[in-house]
Amino acid sequence: MQRSRTLYDKVVDAHCVSSFDDEGRQVLLYVDRTVLNEYTSPQAFSGLREAGRAVWRPDAALGVVDHVNPTAPLRVREMADAGGQRQTSYFAENCRDFGIELFDVLHPMQGIEHVVMPELGRVMPGMVVAAGDSHTTTYGAFGALGFGIGTSDIEHYLATQTVIYRRLKSMRVEVDGTLQSGATPKDVVMSLIREIGAAGATGYAIEFCGTAIEAMSVEGRMTICNMAVECGARGALIAPDNKVFDYLEPRVGLDHDLWCRAVAHWRTLKSDPDADWDRRVEIPAASIEPMVTWGTSPDQALPISGVVPDPADETDLARRRDLERSLTYMGLQPGTRLEDVAIDRAFIGSCTNARIEDLRAAAAIVKGRHVAGGVRAMVVPGSSAVKRQAEREGLDRIFIEAGFEWRQSGCSMCLAMNDDVLAPGERCASSTNRNFEGRQGSGGRTHLMSPVMVAAAALCGRLADSRQFVPLS
Amino acid sequence: MEPFTIVEGIAAPLPAANVDTDVIMPKKFLKGVDRAGLRDGVFHDLRFDEAGQLNNTFILNQAGWADAAFLVVGPNFGCGSSREHAVWGLRQLGIRALIGTTYAGIFFDNCARNGLLAITLEPNRMAEIFALATDSARNRLSIDLAAQLITAADGSFAFDIDPLLKASLIAGLDTVGVTLANSHAIRAFERNYLADRPWLAAAQGAASTPSS
Repeated sequence: MQRSRTLYDKVVDAHCVSSFDDEGRQVLLYVDRTVLNEYTSPQAFSGLREAGRAVWRPDAALGVVDHVNPTAPLRVREMADAGGQRQTSYFAENCRDFGIELFDVLHPMQGIEHVVMPELGRVMPGMVVAAGDSHTTTYGAFGALGFGIGTSDIEHYLATQTVIYRRLKSMRVEVDGTLQSGATPKDVVMSLIREIGAAGATGYAIEFCGTAIEAMSVEGRMTICNMAVECGARGALIAPDNKVFDYLEPRVGLDHDLWCRAVAHWRTLKSDPDADWDRRVEIPAASIEPMVTWGTSPDQALPISGVVPDPADETDLARRRDLERSLTYMGLQPGTRLEDVAIDRAFIGSCTNARIEDLRAAAAIVKGRHVAGGVRAMVVPGSSAVKRQAEREGLDRIFIEAGFEWRQSGCSMCLAMNDDVLAPGERCASSTNRNFEGRQGSGGRTHLMSPVMVAAAALCGRLADSRQFVPLS
Repeated sequence: MEPFTIVEGIAAPLPAANVDTDVIMPKKFLKGVDRAGLRDGVFHDLRFDEAGQLNNTFILNQAGWADAAFLVVGPNFGCGSSREHAVWGLRQLGIRALIGTTYAGIFFDNCARNGLLAITLEPNRMAEIFALATDSARNRLSIDLAAQLITAADGSFAFDIDPLLKASLIAGLDTVGVTLANSHAIRAFERNYLADRPWLAAAQGAASTPSS
């Protein structure tokens, strides 16, 4: 009888071209698809050019400009920033010369790569997708194994359709019960990261399961899998179900017979009931509150009702120094109530939290209210398609009337490679995924939270509990 | 890739936990299309103050550590962004090996592809090696990859490493070339894989035209 396997085992097993050892621990892994961006791909293409190598399957790759483009309302092809211009023009040259489809900055489907791939139905259950961006874990929401790779491995992938891959340990994260009103998928994953630490899942692939995950939309699941990399997971999976199939059916455009065969196969993609796990974590859904980060690592997070911790309470000397450094950088005093922390900027965007459901939820709080004086607030939709959908629903008017800027799509101030940047010392409520030092601009201070919590902070001018805002209509 | 056999050099301590790749290589150095010029970017906001002057409190700016070839690092080093620029920059600064307890997965692979040896030591040996790296009179080490041994003037540290990674680092292999030598196996696998899943090819590029 075959041994019991996890969903992760099944996906990896199905993609093993060959093994480098007797136990199959390190394998040559076949990769179904990739998505390329303008800033991590250039040296990979240069490597191919220098060696005179072709791309193995150009139709399995999609190029999207997202990291360096401005998000100003008027779009132009030429970038004012010389580096960004050089990267986007070389990217266009590479996609053209190697036969890869490209969504440039003027393309109607341009957007953040991890928003674009799913909305086009390019990610299907059981796939392996390796791409030059750490948030490729997003695709686990479809029961696909997505993981980030560096530029050398992009080159290896492009030339061979494979990557050299070491099998990960397995972690099962079970979220049972019902989320409180006001608690979102972002709060689920932030609670996990806080619980297990920024390296808690390093060396692991996570499978999320439990009734709260089953009840969650596909977009909510993407948020959770996306941010699983912030606790070190290099793969986050959720077994595909009818919600996933309903999401995909209109997007993949298969004829009826093939669709039925695909779904029949996809229904086998789940962990065996008696599969072994290297680690199990349980997070009761009812215990999860709206979360905010207070430090410079994603695990430095607390429920909004909390206070800034005191490094003096930390007995480990190295950890105490890290805490002191975080608080100094963030300009926070121990014991300060998080709800008393004033903000300068509010940002709704990123591959974690700028899909249509995120924008709807934030708009529901914002509608009929106004951003606090002195706060600059921005909405950067996850893709051009999300932007159009939001405009069809009138969400753009709601945000604009409340004092938000309504911008074009891109990674924008999630990593501030374009001109959307915090000034030194500015404090930002942000729906993004990393609060590292300098992430949103040198000296900038980032507090991570859900889009509805960013909306609440923008309205209050300080970190705030979104649950105090009842939609006005 | 430069082979790693036996390397001698100075070790410098960077004990903070969760040093991310944004800190190792800030975003303003990510606008190139080649690997050039990244030496200036490594730890830029730690090495230089706001006026662009050397920050003398940073360890790599101090006499006794300026020519470090090894960094002794805190847990979860290299977390965050996948940017390989972080590893290219470390190599351009002259860093040949890292000594720590845990590394982020993508960063660890990026090190492997660039001849940067990321050594995993047992946590109970870290205090000793941090003490050596912190003392400029004792921070010269020799790392012998074949023997899996770090040697200091007054002691040594054995380490484990994946045998395949070890062989690849010692040989300085071009992994793309090695994999392509087996391209027939990839072709055969691909044929069967796609034949078993006909929906994959049929759905190629589907719905790529805008709906509005």
